[in-house]
Amino acid sequence: MKLLTHNLLSSKSLKNVKVGYPLRIVAKDVKISEKEFNMEFVTKMIPKLDWKVLVEAAIQIGHGNGLPEQLVDDYEEDEDLLKKIHHILMEVEVINGELICPETERIFPISSGIPNLLLNEDEVS
Amino acid sequence: MSRPEHLAPPEIFYNDTEARKYTQNSRMINIQLEMAERCLELLMLPENETCLLLDLGCGSGLSGSVAEESGHIWFGMDISESMLTIAKEREVEGDLLLSDIGNGVPFQPGAFDGAYSVSTLQWLCNADKSSHKPAKRLYCLFSSLLACLTRNARAVFQFYPENVHQTDLVVTQARKAGFFGGLLVDFPDSTKAKKYFLVLMTGGAMPMPTALGTDNSQINYTSKRERMIKGHSSKLVKKSKEWILEKKERRRRQGKTTREDTKYTGRSRSGRF
Repeated sequence: MKLLTHNLLSSKSLKNVKVGYPLRIVAKDVKISEKEFNMEFVTKMIPKLDWKVLVEAAIQIGHGNGLPEQLVDDYEEDEDLLKKIHHILMEVEVINGELICPETERIFPISSGIPNLLLNEDEVS
Repeated sequence: MSRPEHLAPPEIFYNDTEARKYTQNSRMINIQLEMAERCLELLMLPENETCLLLDLGCGSGLSGSVAEESGHIWFGMDISESMLTIAKEREVEGDLLLSDIGNGVPFQPGAFDGAYSVSTLQWLCNADKSSHKPAKRLYCLFSSLLACLTRNARAVFQFYPENVHQTDLVVTQARKAGFFGGLLVDFPDSTKAKKYFLVLMTGGAMPMPTALGTDNSQINYTSKRERMIKGHSSKLVKKSKEWILEKKERRRRQGKTTREDTKYTGRSRSGRF
């Protein structure tokens, strides 16, 4: 699972969960694979992302260095920063670990890079 | 046509053997790719722009690879672990989630520029568990999907409705959730090539895209009277003067020896003979 997915994912399909965001990450295995840098896409995605959540998630999986706590306004021109963001969003992948719902503490296991979001019958709202 | 959704729920039907078919059976692969291409076409994404797409029921990621080829980034959701394992083996670019889309798509508002789905929606029309209510599950999918799409984004679902009730059910629930749009049928006159697409739009009612294979589908109307007149004009009454002249002309064209046309041609004898 990439951090881009984590940044957009919530646990609001669970019963009685209102926001369900952000999910906490417990990472056991993290893999880094190189992906083509697409500046236009990264620039387009940044306004959609929750910057604080991204930085926190990066710290949780131990790849938080180099990311500024506050996003600068003229990020569009800063190619180095965009490359860093691309790296953390697209190239860092959690292979094994857990996602934890912030409201109910329900654990969603991640195995071979695929988070298991299947719900039991009694958890469906 | 056999309907897999009558055999078992999707998470059980798409086991390792069935999932394997999606990497080996070239016919199945081609059909999937073709439909995924058509779905992307119907999404009408802005040109030369990388978009973030959601693949509902991505399976082994065949449809996702079509999105990759057009330069888009995608996330895939599927209920079958075996299919997702195959997708991982194929090293698809998209991020995969093991999840039941009938429970909704749990993404942040405005996350996706479009969503598509290839032969998945018919599975939601069945109640596989006692707790399943198809209408409710469809509504849950559509309403959560509407929330996580950007403005003016579209969602295209290719599916195999079993009967008219299923298409009604799906279209009603999509409208109820707040989508505009409706059903598009490609090649409506062909049993084999006929394909159903649910084209959903978010930003107001816009004209539906045109379906393929609908030109010349109407049979030209000719009234019975017109047909009768036409039939008569082409056929002359036997032994009439016109008929004889035409016959002689035909013989001449064929190069056979024929008597000349005179004032006696085709005239009956007076009876004194």
